[in-house]
Amino acid sequence: MTVIEAENISKKYIIDHIKGNAKGNTLSEVVTDNIKNLFSKKDEDKVSHEDFWALKNVSFKIEQGDRVGIIGSNGAGKSTLLKVLSRITEPTEGKITIKGRVASLLEVGTGFHPELSGRENIFLNGAILGMKREVIKQHFDAIVDFAGVEKFLDTPVKRYSSGMYVRLGFAISAHLEPEILIVDEVLAVGDAEFQRKCLGKMKDASTSGRTILFVSHNLTAVQGLCNKAMFLRKGQMIEMGETNQVLATYLSHVQKTALETWWLTPEEAPGNDNARLKSVKLIPEFVDNQKHIDVRTPFKIQLEFWNMMDGANLNISLHLNSLTGECIFNIGTISKSFEKGIIYAECEIPGNYLNDGSYSISFMVVKDTSTAVFNFEEALIFEIEDHRVGTSWYGKWPGYVRPKIAFPITQLELESVR
Amino acid sequence: MQETVIEAGRSERYYWQDLWKFKELLFILAIRDITVKYKQTFVGVAWAIFRPILTVSVFVFAFDKVAKIENKSAIPLQIIIFTGVIFWNFFAMSFQQVSNSITGNANLVSKVYFPRLLMPISSVAVPLLDFFVGFLVMIPFLWYSGYPPTIHILFVPFFLILSFFASFSLGVIFASLNVQYRDFQQIVPLIVQYGFFVCPVAYPIATIQNLSWYPIYQWINPLAGIIEGFRWCLIPNYQYFEWDTIIPSVVFITITTILSVIFFRKKENSFVDYI
Repeated sequence: MTVIEAENISKKYIIDHIKGNAKGNTLSEVVTDNIKNLFSKKDEDKVSHEDFWALKNVSFKIEQGDRVGIIGSNGAGKSTLLKVLSRITEPTEGKITIKGRVASLLEVGTGFHPELSGRENIFLNGAILGMKREVIKQHFDAIVDFAGVEKFLDTPVKRYSSGMYVRLGFAISAHLEPEILIVDEVLAVGDAEFQRKCLGKMKDASTSGRTILFVSHNLTAVQGLCNKAMFLRKGQMIEMGETNQVLATYLSHVQKTALETWWLTPEEAPGNDNARLKSVKLIPEFVDNQKHIDVRTPFKIQLEFWNMMDGANLNISLHLNSLTGECIFNIGTISKSFEKGIIYAECEIPGNYLNDGSYSISFMVVKDTSTAVFNFEEALIFEIEDHRVGTSWYGKWPGYVRPKIAFPITQLELESVR
Repeated sequence: MQETVIEAGRSERYYWQDLWKFKELLFILAIRDITVKYKQTFVGVAWAIFRPILTVSVFVFAFDKVAKIENKSAIPLQIIIFTGVIFWNFFAMSFQQVSNSITGNANLVSKVYFPRLLMPISSVAVPLLDFFVGFLVMIPFLWYSGYPPTIHILFVPFFLILSFFASFSLGVIFASLNVQYRDFQQIVPLIVQYGFFVCPVAYPIATIQNLSWYPIYQWINPLAGIIEGFRWCLIPNYQYFEWDTIIPSVVFITITTILSVIFFRKKENSFVDYI
C-alpha cells in the first residue's frame, strides 16, 4: 500500500539581493544605510528579488513499511522536503497524499522549556509531538528509564547536562507510536552510546512495520537502516530506489570533486621562482566496479613539478591531514640532486589503512633536506567512504586510521560458567 | 486510516477543524506559560495578589495625593483606580503576550505543525489568571470601602470577553507583523503606556465627560466604554455608564477581530520563512 504519494512538489523562496555597494556591517553604516533608505525608494533601485527553488518537481511514492533514507549534500533540499511533509511549510506547487498518523522529529526536545522540570517537559513535549496525555502517562516510566534521568525528574531542564537533555528528548519521541515517522539528523547529537540506542530504537520501529523517512549525512546509518534511499541534488530528485544503488550514485556525484588538478604552463601554475606545481593526481585502484573510494581502496598520489634550480638537492615532503587540520602522517622522498626540468614523484597509500572521513594532502619541496622552497597547502581534498561487513554497529568508526590488523579470538576451554 | 493531503492553500479549508483537534495542546501551552511565570519565585502566585495592590497604591499616591486630580464623580478615587487598573492590567498584559506569542514560540513554529492561532489564544492564560486573582482581592476591598457589589457583578464576564477580543485582535495583528518586522515589538510597550493615560483607567470618566470632544472620544476609544461598563458591574449605583456607549465598542471589536484573524491566517503560512 502506498502511504505517501508526492506529485511534483516544488517550494519557492524569494531571496533579496542588495545591489551596488555591499551593505555595511558597523553600527554607523547600518544606521546611515537605514536613514538613507528612509528617504529613497529602496525596493525599486537597490533590491532585486530572485526566485530560489528549494525543491523542484519532486515526485515519489513510499510504500508502507519502507525505510527511506534521504541523502544529498547541504542545500539539496532535504530539510525543506521534511518540512513540507511535516506540514511546517506549504509547498508552492504540487500535492502530497499521506495515509496514516505522521510524527516528525526535526529536532530532539522540541519546545522544551528550560525552566520546567523533566517531568513537566515530558508532558509538554509529548503534547507538542501530538501524543495524548493518557498515552504519555502510560509510557512515562519507560521514557524516564530510557533517558536515564530518574533522579532529575523534578529538576528544571536548564540544569541538565546537554547529554541528559538530548536523551530525554529522544526518549519521548522514541515512544511516539505513529504510522509514519520522519526523522532529521537526530543521530548527529549525543555520544556513541546514545547514537547506538537511537539507531536500535529506529530499527525496532522499522521491524514493527512502520514507515520511516530518515535524513542523514551518516551514509553508514542509512545503509544499515534503510531499504530505500532518495538522492536529492539542488532541489531535484536524482534517483530513488534500492539503498546501495542510490548510495553508489550519490558517492560518484560527490567524488567528482577534483581528484586531480594540473596546469599547462609554469607561468600560470602556483609556486615561485624555485619550483612550480605542474599536477597533482589521486588515482584510486578500484576493484569490482566500485565507483568511489572507501576504506578498502588503495590509491596513488602522483606529483609533477617544474624545477627552476640547477643542481639543487631536493626532496618532497607530503602531509596527509584530517579535515580539521591535524596531521595524520608525514612522509618524505629521499634527497637527490636535480637539474632544471620536470620532476615526478609517486606514493601509494594502501587500502584498509585510513578510516572513513575527509582528508587533504599538502606538500613541500625541500632543498638540502632543511629549507622548504615551496609549500603547497591542500593540493588535494578527498573523501573516503565507509564500508563495513559483519557488524550491526553503524555509528561513526572512531580514529583517523582503520588498519586491518589481525586480531584472532578463540575459545580455549569449554566450561560451564554460572 | 487517517488521510492527509498537503497542497498549496489546502490547510485553509480544514483550519477550524484542526484547531479543535489540537485543543489539548492549547491547554498544555497555557499551563506551561502559567507554570513558567511563577517558577523560581519564593511567593509564587501570590505575586498576582501583590502586583495589583502595589500598582493601585502607587497610582492613588500619584494621582490623588501628588497630582491631586479633580474627582468629579461621587466615588472615591481609590475605587475608580482599583477597578480601572484590574481591567487595564488584563487588557495590557494580554495585548503584550499575544503580540509576542509567535516570536516567543519561534522554536515551535519552525519545528512542528499545529494551527498557529493556538499560540496567541493560549498566551492569554497568564493575564486571565492574574485577572481572577486580582478580582478576588478587589471584592473584599470594595466591601470594606462601603461599596458591596450588586447583582450587576454577573455582567463581568461579558465585559471580560469584550476586552479579551479587544486585546486579542490588536495583539494578533502585531504578532503577525512582528514575525517579519521586529519594529512592532518596540511599539507595543508604547501603546500600553499611552493607552493607560488615554483611557479612563486612573481617573473617573466624569472628568472628561463634559468636554466638547467627548462624543468623538467615545466613538474612537472602544476601551473607554468597556472600562466604564466594568465599573458599572462592580460599583453600586454607578451612574456614569450608559449601555448605548458600549455599542460602538462591540461593533469595533467584532470588526477588528474578524479582520485580524483573516490577516493572521494570510500571514500564518509564511511565519516559518521569516521567523
